[in-house]
Amino acid sequence: MTTATAQITAKQRPGDRVFSGSAVFAGSMILVTLAAVAGFLLIQSLPALVASNEDASILDSNFWAYVGPLVFGTVWAALLALVMALPISIGIALFISHYAPRRLASVLGYIVDLLAAVPSVVFGLWGIGVLAPAIQPLYSWLVDNMGWFPLFAGPVSGTGRTILTAAVVLAVMVLPIITAICREVFLQTPVLHEEAALALGATRWEMIRIAVLPFGRPGIISASVLGLGRALGETMAVAMVLSATGAVTFQLLTSVNPSTIAANIALSFPEAYGINVNVLIATGLILFVVTFAVNALARWIVSRRKEFSGAN
Amino acid sequence: MSKRIEVRDLNVYYSKFLAVEGVSLEIEPRSVTAFIGPSGCGKSTFLRTLNRMHEVIPGARVEGEVLIDGNNLYDADVDPVLVRRQVGMVFQRPNPFPTMSIKENVLAGVKLNNKRISKSDADALVEKSLQGANLWNEVKDRLDRPGSSLSGGQQQRLCIARAIAVSPEVILMDEPCSALDPISTLAIEDLIEELKQDYTIVIVTHNMQQASRVSDRTAFFNIAGTGKPGKLIEYDDTTTIFSNPSVKATEDYVSGRFG
Repeated sequence: MTTATAQITAKQRPGDRVFSGSAVFAGSMILVTLAAVAGFLLIQSLPALVASNEDASILDSNFWAYVGPLVFGTVWAALLALVMALPISIGIALFISHYAPRRLASVLGYIVDLLAAVPSVVFGLWGIGVLAPAIQPLYSWLVDNMGWFPLFAGPVSGTGRTILTAAVVLAVMVLPIITAICREVFLQTPVLHEEAALALGATRWEMIRIAVLPFGRPGIISASVLGLGRALGETMAVAMVLSATGAVTFQLLTSVNPSTIAANIALSFPEAYGINVNVLIATGLILFVVTFAVNALARWIVSRRKEFSGAN
Repeated sequence: MSKRIEVRDLNVYYSKFLAVEGVSLEIEPRSVTAFIGPSGCGKSTFLRTLNRMHEVIPGARVEGEVLIDGNNLYDADVDPVLVRRQVGMVFQRPNPFPTMSIKENVLAGVKLNNKRISKSDADALVEKSLQGANLWNEVKDRLDRPGSSLSGGQQQRLCIARAIAVSPEVILMDEPCSALDPISTLAIEDLIEELKQDYTIVIVTHNMQQASRVSDRTAFFNIAGTGKPGKLIEYDDTTTIFSNPSVKATEDYVSGRFG
């Protein structure tokens, strides 16, 4: 890059100016919104960060001891949901993009999009009313027969409203968004690369493995992050389904379950007063930080193999 | 390892549309055969029927027989995947896998079907294939760089290396030089001349000089009009096609009077 001595400026037309002005405005709005939210969280959180159990009745000792189990529960539930949803989503997306006949594919795609439009309170009701009672016998069986496996240790929950049930509901909720993005990415795979694989004697699955999945890898990661973001922040469904005690435990099937930040805010906020409100807002700040960290991690993973992405 | 190709009364369809009609021809082993003709005359479509890549497109199908050393590719019990391992293909635009290194690209076809290959065998095969594609000296110091870091001509030679690494019997080339500059084109043409020692090569080209330079025999395809099927008009030694063709349309085409 060399700097020209005399800057040549293009002729400005009114249409250009209006358009670039509105684009700049729209772009800066996102920064303003983010700054407003972050500012609110920071200012409201400050009193809570230094509070003790004498200032806020909700705390046992200090803020960090209060938020720790919540962070664990949030990340644990979201991770479980992602582990369940991601393989199924990739499978559905591949079926729609590369296996299903065209007419069936468009119907399926439409149904998946429809699933994304179901309000979370409906998923919560379904989790309490249908899933939890239906899945409880399975939990009993797992505890009886596979209780030696640490995740399935007993005693089993009688209601079925465990962290695993909440994670299943979350998985159903994040499934549509991950599927939709993966499907779009897989459909973008250049025909050239698919044919290159087929012409080498690849079967359909091998073609997907060497051409479609590597090409779609950044998209799959972005989709996972969006899904994880939704699972981390999901409030209503978790608040309804999960019978939380606030413990830190990896056991999936007992009645002792960690809560999540968002669900805890929703459940505790109506009765909160004084500095307790600041404590809850501060947990919101922590959630914000966790989500931000997840995003940053995903960006780093995507950028690590940039020169192999095919974008150059 | 090169084989003789025999095509009998081949009709090629896209759903109900008849794209190529009634082609019969024979291709000798260890020769270069060029397909020429105006755009849309079905020569690429026909080429893709020789390794069953045609049927990758939904609704595409074929009537007739394609025999490679007497075995019909379109017999009911023939697996198209195995056909494509015998009959390699190089495409119009270079298409190395962008997510793989140069070395991984060369080995992509070999590693299919869960085949295992020892590291020393793999290294030897990579060197042999890249030597065979006249690319070794240019890339031997950067085998772990992405395939997409190469120039267009180098990428196309990488694709040829990838195709010959699986030791096919026939190599199909669909306008392999149309996206390349003259120097890279020359490199590919020299390479075709060398590959002829070991492989049966069929090349589609729009460049008639190229056809006359590289091929032993030439097939001229033409269509009567839009929406009509493409047909094989004349098939003969390249020298005959370009100097003394027996059909008027061929003469008009090669002398540049139309197309």
